[in-house]
Amino acid sequence: MADLSAPLAAIATAAADKLGPDAVVTERAALRTYECDGLAAYRCIPGLVVLPRTTAEVAFVVRRCHELGVPFVARGSGTGLSGGALPVETGVLIVMTRMTGIKEISVDDERAVVEPGVVNLNITRAVSGDGYLYAPDPSSQQVCSIGGNVAENSGGAHCLKYGFTAHHVTGLEVVMPDGSIERFGGLAADPPGYDVVGAFVGSEGTLGVVTEVTVRLLRRPETVQTLLAAFRSMDDAGTAVSAIVAAGILPSAVEMMDDLSIAAAEAAVRCGYPDGAGAVLIVELDGPSAEVQADLAAVERMCSDAGAFELRVAVDEAERVAVWKGRKSAFAAMGRISPDYIVQDGVVPRTSLPEVLRDIAALSAETGIRVANVFHAGDGNLHPLVLFDESKGETDRAESVSRRILDLCIDHGGSITGEHGVGHDKKKHMGRMFSEVDLDVMQRVRCAFDPAGLCNPGKVFPTPRLCGERPGRKSGVHPLQAAGVAEIF
Amino acid sequence: MAALQPASVDDLSTALRDSTGVVSTRGAGTRSRWGGLGATPDVVIDLAAMNHVVEHAVGDLVVTVEAGVLLDDLQRCVGEHGQWLALDPPIGGTIGGLLATADSGPRRLRFGTPRDLLIGVTVVLADGTVARSGGKVVKNVAGYDLGKLFTGSYGTLGVIATATFRLHPVLPARRVVSVESDTPWPAVREVLRSPATPTAIDYDGIRLHVLIESSESAVDAQADAVAALIGGTVTSDHPGGIGSRPDRTADSMVVKLTFRLSALDEVVAAVREEAGHVPLQAHAGSGVLWAALPCDGALLDRLRHLTASYDGAAVVVDAPDEAKRSLDLWGPVRGLDLMRRIKAEFDPDNRMCPGRFVGGI
Repeated sequence: MADLSAPLAAIATAAADKLGPDAVVTERAALRTYECDGLAAYRCIPGLVVLPRTTAEVAFVVRRCHELGVPFVARGSGTGLSGGALPVETGVLIVMTRMTGIKEISVDDERAVVEPGVVNLNITRAVSGDGYLYAPDPSSQQVCSIGGNVAENSGGAHCLKYGFTAHHVTGLEVVMPDGSIERFGGLAADPPGYDVVGAFVGSEGTLGVVTEVTVRLLRRPETVQTLLAAFRSMDDAGTAVSAIVAAGILPSAVEMMDDLSIAAAEAAVRCGYPDGAGAVLIVELDGPSAEVQADLAAVERMCSDAGAFELRVAVDEAERVAVWKGRKSAFAAMGRISPDYIVQDGVVPRTSLPEVLRDIAALSAETGIRVANVFHAGDGNLHPLVLFDESKGETDRAESVSRRILDLCIDHGGSITGEHGVGHDKKKHMGRMFSEVDLDVMQRVRCAFDPAGLCNPGKVFPTPRLCGERPGRKSGVHPLQAAGVAEIF
Repeated sequence: MAALQPASVDDLSTALRDSTGVVSTRGAGTRSRWGGLGATPDVVIDLAAMNHVVEHAVGDLVVTVEAGVLLDDLQRCVGEHGQWLALDPPIGGTIGGLLATADSGPRRLRFGTPRDLLIGVTVVLADGTVARSGGKVVKNVAGYDLGKLFTGSYGTLGVIATATFRLHPVLPARRVVSVESDTPWPAVREVLRSPATPTAIDYDGIRLHVLIESSESAVDAQADAVAALIGGTVTSDHPGGIGSRPDRTADSMVVKLTFRLSALDEVVAAVREEAGHVPLQAHAGSGVLWAALPCDGALLDRLRHLTASYDGAAVVVDAPDEAKRSLDLWGPVRGLDLMRRIKAEFDPDNRMCPGRFVGGI
């Protein structure tokens, strides 16, 4: 503990006393374990790590931080892809992985009350015997924690139909940045007052530390049908998606992969997608049997009409897993075809997809940097994988391509992030999507929760706001307006 | 008192910046009585001229409107393309009013409430500051979600100027399964646990109605299955028992009770015991019950005690002015101190609709 600053040493001593010595990490080698989250490009060894087991312990640590002016960051499983749980060198990292209790399950009330370290999939596992599930299903659902999901407002492949974490959380217990404990919402709907739960979910850990989450449980659909359709081109696959949407069908998931990502997935997991496919589409439909069968027949017809040369319907769970295998392994599979890659998370309006994909292809041709496209076609959430080789000095070019893809998303009225969050990684892009005034007003929320700015500092916003300053009216041209993309209505 | 009718966001910004004193925002006036009486306004901002559908991106199922657009007009506009904004409060009014009060209807069971479908907002604060949050794509986690904070804020944080929503395809076929019951929960529970995916389950105090909406080819299978489960009759009409809400009379108050779903029968029984056969309407699969009750503070306290035991609340949505002055309209509010700080950050001079909201905000 010799090399800790005085405030950190005081917190370490107090925490060891209160939480027990096994709940405090001060050794540099052990601290290094926590230096990054799922986005390993950014690393920072935290000053101190604590592993609380209860809300009271979290509150104790946060209160000490508040008293001593020490910044703190909460972290769950560390699977985030935006550096949202990147530690602060002079601060405390509060690791929530020991708070894994499921406190209450009430299927009749369609609610579960869980601690933040509970792994996403474990909620579904706990209620599947009753025929229920927890709907948001990020790809990392086998390891990611519900507290992290609340911070990031996580989605998943099925959010097209079922929505995001914000739609499935009805109550929170939060250790506020001053160490006090507050509850917002609960088991019932529409709590009186401002929608604090709504404001908190997706705030990326900047408003407090969540210590309990009340989630909605959903009846498992009677029938699930998964269709794999192979097309010669992305354009053909895009035509099929447009037809499905125009017909008023709402699949639970619509995923698309291009030839490069199919090749990578094939090399990695032998997913056995049809030979010669320039694009594959995975369409999943769920609900009452009669509805799903009717919709499936229509979707098959639309895919054929759009030029699909092979259609496979998964007949059982094993086949469904096989269909999803290629898609779910796509990110990790990139290692098979490229030494390095950048994952983007931009969103465009769904109808802009064909144009944006053509622009990305042109960008790739122009720069010689390959881009693999794997994306949620139903909601326009792109996950372009920008492939490069650092050893060949391609890093700068790849970063430039990545940045220009985000430009395309912004130019088409989309977003810089659909589900991974802004975190540390994309805060530099926030000023291209929002004006200074927009960001300043958002940070008034932060000032209400955390006037001292100690809770996960340096995330989301490019420039922190000094709380307590009285803002004058700011004027200026909105960046989207300046770019001719949007008008102020 | 000055009445202003801005025609654009810029107008609205100027109107707020150049005025002083207490501001009240007005749409169609449909819910202008909701909430506290509030301070007498020095300025009334009437959004009637901000009534344009800015953009309907048909293929994206997204619409952007000015806040003064009437819900009915919006539904007509997007309905031409087989789409709808999946909100069905029994009273229409403007989009701004709908958002400010977070009003909802029976189909919230399937589609949620305004906060669930709102994907972007432009708001104007008391000093004229114009800020945007969200955007026009459904999937978007960039920045704080001011839309959720402003939804249900009763105008106390600023004025919602434009709103962007996710739309849904219209479900073309409808069946209603209705059954008489004094204790509807067991039937509601059966339906919720069954494979059926009703868009609404409403209880009007006499009958339980399960609304099934789907394609023509699939609707009957579900309706028949639900009828077999709970008994009752299947019709293709929209009966009055879905979505109609009790009206306030000269001496009654309209109360919205919330509770964990399984407490439905207990709450219905308590209302009956306290007030007899007063008009009531429950969104039975959502844990929400509306009732018109005598303006009695002691009765309200007892119902609050009951709903609190089911983790819910009892909010007086509307009452005669005299009753509003004497009653605690909102009851206990979790996180009230934080809410006051949020109010102070957005509206430091306390200009926007003061007194309409929880804790006198």
